[in-house]
Amino acid sequence: MTNFLDYAPAPESTSILHLKKSYGLFIDGDWVEGRGKPFATINPATEKKITTVASASSDDVDLAVAAARRSYEKTWSTMSGADRGKYLFRIARLVQERARELAVAETLDNGKPIKESRDVDVPLVAAWFFYYAGWADKLDHAGLGAAPQSLGVAAQIIPWNFPLLMLAWKIAPALAAGNTVVLKPAETTPLSALLFAEILQQADLPAGVVNIVTGAGETGAALVRHPDVNKVAFTGSTGVGREIAKAIAGTDKKVTLELGGKAANIVFDDAPIDQAVEGIVNGIFFNQGHVCCAGSRLLVQESIHDEVVDRLKQRLSTLRLGDPLDKNTDIGAINSKEQLERIRALSDIGEAEGADRWTAPCVIPENGFWFAPTIFDNVSTSSTIAREEVFGPVLSVLTFRTPAEAIAKANNTPYGLSAGIWSDKGSKILAVADQLRAGVIWANTFNRFDPASPFGGYKESGYGREGGRHGLAAYLKGATK
Amino acid sequence: MTIETPTLAPAERAIALLGHDLTEKSLRLHLDGLSGVDAVGLEQRAASLATRSIKNASKAWALDRIIELIDLTTLEGADTPGKVRSLVAKAMTPDPSDPSTPRVAAVCVYGDKVGDAVAALGAAHGDPDNGLISVAAVATAFPSGRASLRVKQADTADAVESGADEIDMVIDRGAFLSGRYGQVFDEIVAVKEACRRADGTYAHLKVILETGELNTYDNVRRASWLSILAGGDFIKTSTGKVAPAATLPVTLLMLEIVRDWHRLTGEKIGVKPAGGIRQSKDAIRYLVTVAETVGEEWLQPHLFRFGASSLLNDVLLQRQKLRTGHYSGPDYVTMD
Repeated sequence: MTNFLDYAPAPESTSILHLKKSYGLFIDGDWVEGRGKPFATINPATEKKITTVASASSDDVDLAVAAARRSYEKTWSTMSGADRGKYLFRIARLVQERARELAVAETLDNGKPIKESRDVDVPLVAAWFFYYAGWADKLDHAGLGAAPQSLGVAAQIIPWNFPLLMLAWKIAPALAAGNTVVLKPAETTPLSALLFAEILQQADLPAGVVNIVTGAGETGAALVRHPDVNKVAFTGSTGVGREIAKAIAGTDKKVTLELGGKAANIVFDDAPIDQAVEGIVNGIFFNQGHVCCAGSRLLVQESIHDEVVDRLKQRLSTLRLGDPLDKNTDIGAINSKEQLERIRALSDIGEAEGADRWTAPCVIPENGFWFAPTIFDNVSTSSTIAREEVFGPVLSVLTFRTPAEAIAKANNTPYGLSAGIWSDKGSKILAVADQLRAGVIWANTFNRFDPASPFGGYKESGYGREGGRHGLAAYLKGATK
Repeated sequence: MTIETPTLAPAERAIALLGHDLTEKSLRLHLDGLSGVDAVGLEQRAASLATRSIKNASKAWALDRIIELIDLTTLEGADTPGKVRSLVAKAMTPDPSDPSTPRVAAVCVYGDKVGDAVAALGAAHGDPDNGLISVAAVATAFPSGRASLRVKQADTADAVESGADEIDMVIDRGAFLSGRYGQVFDEIVAVKEACRRADGTYAHLKVILETGELNTYDNVRRASWLSILAGGDFIKTSTGKVAPAATLPVTLLMLEIVRDWHRLTGEKIGVKPAGGIRQSKDAIRYLVTVAETVGEEWLQPHLFRFGASSLLNDVLLQRQKLRTGHYSGPDYVTMD
C-alpha cells in the first residue's frame, strides 16, 4: 500500500433492501395501480434503474383525497390526541428500527453520501416524529388558544434534496394536529416515501390517514388544485411556489411555502478560523449543495480573505467525491441530469461574468451525474451566481469591510431563508443577527436542524414556519400565529 | 509609567518570527493575537473524522504503522531493571508468533532507567527512521514539573548523558495558567539547551502541555504555539497521569497548529498524543486525523508518535485477526 489516504473501499451493503419490481400508489391503506404512465426511478450515481413507480392521474388524486377526507371525518379527527401520539411514537420507533434500510434507499435514489443519510437525514426523521408525537395530546397548551382545531385534508408536496426528511417535516406536525394527508414525493426521489408507506402499514396507522401519490408536476398540480383540500404545504423552488400561490388564490386553503434561498455566510476577522472553514464547507458542500438554506454566498472580511480562501481550497482538496454508498464519501452525485445541467449553465455564466473559478481536484466517475466542489472568487453582488440559487456545490466568495457592509450585502437578495455568522465575539454576533433578514441564523455553525426549532423564510423564501410550536400553528384553525 | 517587560531567552524561531526585541510583552501580544478556537466546531470536526471506515489493505497498513509510531511506555514508581528489560524485549519483538511484525519507535522510561533501556536494546538502539528503537526519557520533574529550573536542567542533562535520544519534558502549567508565559518559554529554552550532547548534537525535545490541566482549547493553542517558538521538536498532549489525557479534538487542534507552523515557516513539528489510547480503532482514528489534517507525510516516527502501553497488544490482536481471520485472546499476545 502506497497511499493511506486512498482508503480501501468501504461500501455499505444494499442487501438489507428488499425492493419490489414496481410500486403502486399508496391510497386508503393499500397499494393501488396508478392510471398514469409508470416511470423509472434511477440511481444518479450510476444512471441505473432502481425500480418502476406508478404515476397518479387526476382521478387517482381524487381517490387519494377522498380517502383522506373519509379517514379525517370518521377516524382521525375524532381520535384523542393521546392515541394519535401513540401512532406517531410507533412510526418514530419503526423509523429507528429500519434506519439502515432507509438510509441505503435514500442514498441509492438521491445520490447523497451514506454518511449523511445515515447520520443526519434518518436520525432527524425519527426525531421529528418523536417531537410531534409529544405534541399530539398537548395542543391546548401550545399557546394557540383553547382547543385548536385541525384543518382537514393536507396536500403536501416535497422536494428531492431531503426526500424522507421533508416527508417527516410535513407529515409529523400534520398528523399530530389531527389532519390527514395526501403527500406527493418528488419525481426523482420517490423510493424512501414508498418504504415509509410500508412502515405506516407496519404501524397499523388507520387506512387513509396518510396517502402517498407518486408522479410528476401534473400530479402535484392536480393535488394543489383539488377542491377538497384544506391545506397546501410545499417545499421546493420559488418558481413552483409562485404557481401554487396563484393556484390557491381566492380559495380558503391555508398554505405554507418553503422556497429557495441564497444564504450569506459571514466570516469576521475575529472568527475561529479553522472552525469557520469547516463551517463554510459544511454550509455549501453538505448534500452536494442541494440545500435551500445552503451558505452559498461567502461574505468574508477583506483583511482575512486570502487566508480563508487559501485554507478553504486546501480543505476542499481533501474531500472525497464518489460512490455515495461508500462510508468515506464526502460528496455524492448530483440528483439528476437536469439539475447537473443547471449547475453547469450557471457556473459557465459565473465564469463569463468575470469571477475566478476554482475547482477541487477530484476524479469524476464515468457514469452518473457529478459536479466537483467549485469556488468562485472575486464575485460581485451583481453577478448572476451571487443572486440566483445554484442548488449545487458552488460557492461564491464576496468581501466586506465593516459589519454594516456585511449586513447590507447579506440582506441584498430577494431571498431570506438562512444566514451564518462567524465571530468569537458574542456581542457582535447578536448585534448582526438582529439586523439580518433571514428566518434561520446560525452562529459559529451551519446547517444544524432540530425539530424544536422553527424553520422558514423571509421574502421570496416563502411563508409559514415548519418545526417547533410554530410548525403546529400551520396545521391548526383559529390559531393566529 | 514604564511597564516591566523582561527580555526572554533568544530562541531562534521566536526571533525569526517576533524580532530581536523578544520580551514577555511581545510574546504575550503574539499569543493573544492567535485566532480563537470554537470548542463545539472543533469537537464536531473530530467526531466526523472518527466516522471514517478503514478496511482491508488500508487497515493492515494502518495497524503496522501504528506499531511503528508507538513510544512503548512504562512510567511507574515500581519500575525495575527487570521491568525495563521486559519492555525492551517487547519493543524489539512485539509478536513472537509473527516475525513480520514491525518494531515500535521508542521505549519511554523515567530518567534513571535510561541506562537499563540502552543496555537492553544493544545493537537495536538507534533512529526509528532506520528501523531501530530510540530511548525516550521523561524529565523536568515529571509529571508535575514542580521543581526549580536547576533541578529540571540537571534531570534532563542526566538522562541525555545516560544515552536518552529523546526528552519528554513538562511545561510549568502553574506559570502558564497564572499568565507568566515568559517563564514557561524560558524554561523550555533552558531545557532544550540541557538536551545538548558533548558532540554538539541535541536530544529531541518533546514538550508535554498536559492539556487536561490547561482546560480550554484556547490555552492549548497558546501553549502549543509557545512551545514551538521556544524550540520544541514535538508537542505532546499529556503525561498520562492526569485525566483527561489525549483526546481526538485536542490532538486535531495541535495538528492544525503544526500545519499552520509548516505553512508559515516550512518547518515540520511533531505531535504526540499520549495517555488513554488503548484500542486499535481509536489509534486508527488518530491516523486518519493526521492524514487529513497535516497530510500523510506526518505519519512517520519523527513527526508523529503514540504514547501508549496497552495499545500495542490490542493492535497485535487485530493484526492476528487480519492474518488468521479469527480473534484470539489476551493469552495469545505477550505481556509487556
